[in-house]
Amino acid sequence: MTSLDDKLENLAIEAPKETSGVGMVLWQTALGIAILFVWQGVSGRLVDNFFISNPIDVGRRLAGWTLDGSIFMHLWATVFATTLGFTIGAVIGAVLGIWLGVSPFVSRLLNPYLNALNALPKVALAPLFVLWFGLGIESKVALAAVLVLFLVFLNTFAGVRQVDQDLIDGARLMRATRMQVITKVIVPSALSWLFAGLRVSVPYALIGAVLGEMIASNRGLGYLVQFSGAQFDTAGVFAVLIVIALLAMALNFVVDLVQNRMERWRIVSR
Amino acid sequence: MAGPAMIEIQHLAKSFRRGDSTVEALRNFNLNIAKREIIAIIGPSGCGKSTLLNMIAGLYTPSKGRIVYKGSAVADVNTDVGYMTQKDNLLPWRNVRDNIAFPLELAGIDKAEREARADAVIKQVDLDGFETRFPTELSGGMRKRACLARMMLYGAETALLDEPFAALDAQLKLAMHDLLLRLAADNEQTVVFVTHDLMEAVTLADRVIVCTRRPAMIALEQAIPLPRPRDVLNVRFTSEFKELYDTLWERLRAEYQEERV
Repeated sequence: MTSLDDKLENLAIEAPKETSGVGMVLWQTALGIAILFVWQGVSGRLVDNFFISNPIDVGRRLAGWTLDGSIFMHLWATVFATTLGFTIGAVIGAVLGIWLGVSPFVSRLLNPYLNALNALPKVALAPLFVLWFGLGIESKVALAAVLVLFLVFLNTFAGVRQVDQDLIDGARLMRATRMQVITKVIVPSALSWLFAGLRVSVPYALIGAVLGEMIASNRGLGYLVQFSGAQFDTAGVFAVLIVIALLAMALNFVVDLVQNRMERWRIVSR
Repeated sequence: MAGPAMIEIQHLAKSFRRGDSTVEALRNFNLNIAKREIIAIIGPSGCGKSTLLNMIAGLYTPSKGRIVYKGSAVADVNTDVGYMTQKDNLLPWRNVRDNIAFPLELAGIDKAEREARADAVIKQVDLDGFETRFPTELSGGMRKRACLARMMLYGAETALLDEPFAALDAQLKLAMHDLLLRLAADNEQTVVFVTHDLMEAVTLADRVIVCTRRPAMIALEQAIPLPRPRDVLNVRFTSEFKELYDTLWERLRAEYQEERV
């Protein structure tokens, strides 16, 4: 143990030490508990329970849904629509980004149309997707996919345009075919951009799926939050929001994991 | 060295547009390079030497004149040359071995063979132990050696090198000089290299071309009739070497002084 004097002396010469990892987790947990207490305390006293519910009711609702298993059906529906929409959007976006990135003529040709489509708030397409794909999972997948598609496309396109010309020239001098230049130089080089696109679009896939479910559906977290709201069930709304937030964090974690595996050379360089 | 002209540089000129002004990098440059000849190009920095190599490689198109390579004008990327650029162009996501084997991979040579061949040249450039390291983990000199190994493994009939040994220490430089000369002889390569190092130029080349400051023109051509194979360490202590070196040094000094004025 260091005495207080020692500590003060340390403070005087060097910047205060950063709190260690474990210490920070403790602080974060404490903050979370404090928020729950304040929430519980304020609810029904300063703010009507109708508006903000309270942690105990929300916890009960979560426990109830977990025990009777109903939440899993909704969770699965959303996860399925999110991942399928994400995958479809990511693949189409990446392919389109690479293709337009290496085809100056096509990219200039399509430029105004892509700008218009990109400027369009994609969620406004939801009614169209319902008309096209019906009330089932397909319309949610489509909405998630279209949101992801543009983000991944724009990032991949920028990444392809950003590729070091020296690397391309070098490969061409070594007799690389056009296809080899694309697969062995351009794509790996644009990979970090592609991943940045994937990374930012994960929450949007979730937005697309949840929003699709809110508009027209009979299952999924979006349906559940909409349904709870319509029933004036504030605790239910909060409970679903917590599940959605946890799902979003889990998805981000998976993306990080994949990215770390695929980009060793970048990690190494740090 | 007599022989059929491999590379004919005819009235070559190159200007770059930078904003409103144009920068003239090369003016009326004429040079014939024979097969298996080793040419050193030397001159003030930024004088357009790299531009010349880029045009031989077909990466830049000349503003005037042309380069005839084995009888036909260079119009597109010249795949008969290996080019070691000044800035190393290793692929950052590939380790040393996969980078060096890259041209073999492009040629469709199977994995076992290309790795065996890559490992052999890795030893020659003294990079063994670093096969699975990534370029970002290497020093500048090591990256240069990896580029050199890649180009040697590739075995193009003409090698273009832009200040290939600038970042190496004296000891290693000698080893690389020796390696370059041996491999060029073994593969019957034509070599064109750019350097700032007059000692290096005289040691390696059959002919030294001294360029003027920008726009680069040929200020002096000096044949280096030292016998081959050369002992890169001891050749510099011969009186012939000293004479050639002094002649070139005088001319080069004149160029550098003009630049400073």
